[in-house]
Amino acid sequence: MTSLTPGEWQAIWLTAKLAGLTTVILLILCAPLAWWLSRSSSRLANPVAALVSLPLVLPPTVIGFYLLIVLGPQGAVGGTLEALGLHHLAFSFWGILIGSVIYSMPFTVQPLREAFAAIDTRLLDAAATLRAGRLDRFFNLVLPLSRSGILTAVVITFAHTVGEFGVIAMLGGSLPGETRVVSIAIYDYTQALDYGAAHRLSAILLGFSFVTLLLFYAINQRVMSPLKPR
Amino acid sequence: MIEGHLTLTKGNFELQSGAFCLPAQGISMLFGRSGCGKSTLLRTMAGLEPDARGHLRFKGQRWQDAAWQLPVPQRDIGFVFQDAALFPHLSVRGNLAFAARRVPSGRADDATDSMAVTASRMGVADLLDQSVTTLSGGQRQRVAIARALLAKPRLLCMDEPLSALDWHAKAELLALIDTLARETGIPVLYITHAPQEVERLADRVIFMQDGRIERIETLHEALSRPDSPLFAEEGPVSVLQGQLGTPGGDGLRHFGNPQLRLRLSLPDDANLSATRLRVLARDVSLATALPQGLSILNQLPATIEAMHDRGRERVTVVCQLADGQTLLAEITRYSCNTLALQNGQRVFALVKSVALMG
Repeated sequence: MTSLTPGEWQAIWLTAKLAGLTTVILLILCAPLAWWLSRSSSRLANPVAALVSLPLVLPPTVIGFYLLIVLGPQGAVGGTLEALGLHHLAFSFWGILIGSVIYSMPFTVQPLREAFAAIDTRLLDAAATLRAGRLDRFFNLVLPLSRSGILTAVVITFAHTVGEFGVIAMLGGSLPGETRVVSIAIYDYTQALDYGAAHRLSAILLGFSFVTLLLFYAINQRVMSPLKPR
Repeated sequence: MIEGHLTLTKGNFELQSGAFCLPAQGISMLFGRSGCGKSTLLRTMAGLEPDARGHLRFKGQRWQDAAWQLPVPQRDIGFVFQDAALFPHLSVRGNLAFAARRVPSGRADDATDSMAVTASRMGVADLLDQSVTTLSGGQRQRVAIARALLAKPRLLCMDEPLSALDWHAKAELLALIDTLARETGIPVLYITHAPQEVERLADRVIFMQDGRIERIETLHEALSRPDSPLFAEEGPVSVLQGQLGTPGGDGLRHFGNPQLRLRLSLPDDANLSATRLRVLARDVSLATALPQGLSILNQLPATIEAMHDRGRERVTVVCQLADGQTLLAEITRYSCNTLALQNGQRVFALVKSVALMG
């Protein structure tokens, strides 16, 4: 296998940056959201859960299409940005970052929600009687007890974003260094009949995904074991 | 004083405590059958039920008013749950530190309440570095109690803390809870459905039925009425207070006080600091004259105070002993008639067996 070209390195770096930022943003956004979903008896809980899960069933092109309209120069968000003297978000890194956040959201929310729901309410009651307030309980009890769910969310979100194609193709196009991630580059190479380059990048993604999942299962077993009854 | 009136609807269950008022001292035990609302009432008093309504005051401080609740972390309570509710991701030390770290500086720390002292008082000093997932049931409850104490509570709530333990661990912990309540002076609210735990620990009993408080009585009052719910399983029971003496040449120990002396033969591992003796009324017979040639050790002079028909041809006789304590005897209606027993009559109570509590 020949070594990677600078353009391919750029695509890999861009993919890692996109997936990394998406994961961090989603963890921060979804922790409170998943907590609310796991404990709320509000009538809004089901509609919100359904909305968050939409990317699981929608073709990525549908999400990409709507985002293109909203974030583009004539859209509600893009147009406002233009009016403020900024640039709209279609065909930009920030645009595909927003797309990735929306597209990968169910993969963060779901493991977190399950982990949060599994926490024994009496532990939270006990912490409250020991003078731990809401945030104190969340950071010192809920998060440590959910570490396996958090790890799952991180790995699945990152891997899923790395594997994203349709939303980016619709919303970002293929601008080197801006929106041309590995999956887009593979598509471009294939269209151009450069099967050697497509092979290189595909093999890298395949290897990466497998090793990630392998590590995930190994770590998950270790993280879980102290919490299992003996 | 703890006074209030609390209501809560939870699914099909309705808590309607009724107005209540009890001293904020000693051990108050919530007693009733499963499902009568003991846990719900205690959780509501602790502030763990956000939908509760009514009002509650603890030593004059407002804890609940209509829908307003003083947040749980500000109530300065300790809560020991049935299953201990230890934090599984922390060691024993971590669990205790979780409580100690959050005590406001206002509730000043003195050396007697440090973690090491509390841990050794509760007998968990050797377990500090263990994971809580490796502890036995009795150890878990000890850690849970230590953790609650380290929070410097003004009120200690215990929700059936011993129900999952074997009799040996139970007996040890009952003695420990008794001691710590007396030594720390922290008022205790304690849920149980075991009459023996009430008889062992209670200063007063809060009887609950169908989601409401039926009545609040001192232990003495609760044991003086033959229809007491405490007697539902084993029939009427008396609890005699006293101290153990040193063993005599006959191997028996005296129990009681200057006016009342019982002789006991105790097992080797008996708790010699025990102060309560449990006597089932069906183990007490009555005689109008001191009988001769009898194997029964304890034949106590007594005066009949009252007689209650218990149905099925049985009568509960309330006797006053020489020192004023009450002893119940259960005899047949036939014996009662044959002996022509009357209130105020002097008799001898023949006690076949007793159990030292603790």
